[in-house]
Amino acid sequence: MSGPEVVVQARGVSKVFAKGGVTALQDIDLDVARGEFVSLIGPSGCGKSTLLRVIGDLVEPTAGEILVNGKPAHRARLDRDYGIVFQAAVLYDWRTVAKNIALPLELLGWSRARRAERVAEMLELVELEGFERHYPWQLSGGMQQRVSIARALSFSPALLLMDEPFGALDEMTRERLNDELLRIWAETGSTVIFVTHSISEAVYLSTRVVVMSARPGRITTVIPIDLAQPRTFATREDPRFFELVTEVREALHAGGADV
Amino acid sequence: MTIVFAVGLVSWQWVLPFLGVERYLLPPLTDVLEALWDARSELLRGARITFSEAIGGFVIGCSVAFACALGLARWRPLGNALMPYMVAANAVPIVAFAPITNAWFGTLSPWSKVVIAAILCFFPVLVNTLRGLTSVRPEALELMRSYAAPQRVVFRRVRIPNSLPFVLSALKIASVLAMIGAVVGDYFGGSTEALGVMIVSSVSLAQYETAWAAILVASVLGIAFYGAVALVERLVLGWHPSIRAGVE
Repeated sequence: MSGPEVVVQARGVSKVFAKGGVTALQDIDLDVARGEFVSLIGPSGCGKSTLLRVIGDLVEPTAGEILVNGKPAHRARLDRDYGIVFQAAVLYDWRTVAKNIALPLELLGWSRARRAERVAEMLELVELEGFERHYPWQLSGGMQQRVSIARALSFSPALLLMDEPFGALDEMTRERLNDELLRIWAETGSTVIFVTHSISEAVYLSTRVVVMSARPGRITTVIPIDLAQPRTFATREDPRFFELVTEVREALHAGGADV
Repeated sequence: MTIVFAVGLVSWQWVLPFLGVERYLLPPLTDVLEALWDARSELLRGARITFSEAIGGFVIGCSVAFACALGLARWRPLGNALMPYMVAANAVPIVAFAPITNAWFGTLSPWSKVVIAAILCFFPVLVNTLRGLTSVRPEALELMRSYAAPQRVVFRRVRIPNSLPFVLSALKIASVLAMIGAVVGDYFGGSTEALGVMIVSSVSLAQYETAWAAILVASVLGIAFYGAVALVERLVLGWHPSIRAGVE
């Protein structure tokens, strides 16, 4: 896929919520290049989820500018330039797995045959073949989240926004889905912006970790993660992994976070 | 359940007369059944009249309520402004209006009963539908926004399906209310053949068995109507927790 090399460009972005006058974001500058996997980490209330929503044009910034694929964020949303995954899977209970994945494709006006083909591909990608006729309540939390990832990727957006997608899952499931996400990221070549409050998850997944601090929410440090790709089980036991985890932890503490 | 039913029937037939319960309070079961058989053609005609009044009121009241709920959910400030009045109106004893609708539409017109039934159905359906349309989790709406979905699509794909469990419970309530509205509407006058009118006139003629037979017919109709709506609920909400517990 061709296009601008910088997928997300934030310049002086601030957000003050009218209700209570809380400064959620202050003067954020951030560039995310094509193919990067960037994690936003910070204490609760540091505005990491708000930053993700500003990039997705789900929240209007008070000041500053966001470009996605070289376009204003609003335009990019209308062009469906990104897919989004929330902490809760947000599947529609009345739709089967296949129909949940196909929802954005229906809105894009894809034909039934083309939708069915893509849903099959997506089910294979997230390893849920055979579950297409199940309803969300028949799936475990981890499987539901895989469906929501498949839905976000179904229309091949260049950018994937993820808001603590594995935050509600147990540690084992989370680690398995981390590996799955990395495989999907490698296979699709998409750019990922990933909000988390887990230091090890951020280090394991990312090419860069953006450390934020609270009140007002701002970027304090950006730490490049130079661990070899692809990341594997051995990565978690690499001494360099622990050094980077320590580095992120110290950056969080320097920013005044109780982690 | 069957045992309870049998005990109830036996008590009605033999225990109550034995205890000295007078015929005008509650005639024995067999007498009521006899009256039911004797008056079967009148009762059937009455049932048809009163049941069509109930159905008409149900359809009109529920459709208007659903349409209003859509409008109020779409324009929230309007909805928020009107909601307290709707809730207050819901608390009004609407059957009290029955003599008034007779004055509006004419005592003999079925419309006076249809309107009472419709107004009775209107408020629970409105309030419940509105709650269903608006109790959507914020992320579900953010997701639709991320797809740049217009309001029409948000309603069709998210809000309306989300409201269906609420709507169908309201329809069950409304089916009972429609029947009550039609019978009570009849009490204030109407075609002499209507079921409610029959009940009133039989009592005034001391034909208690016939009155009870008519009440029995009205009850069966009410239960059947409720059952039909409950069946529709099962068919529509196959995905819903309250239903799936049964199909598992």
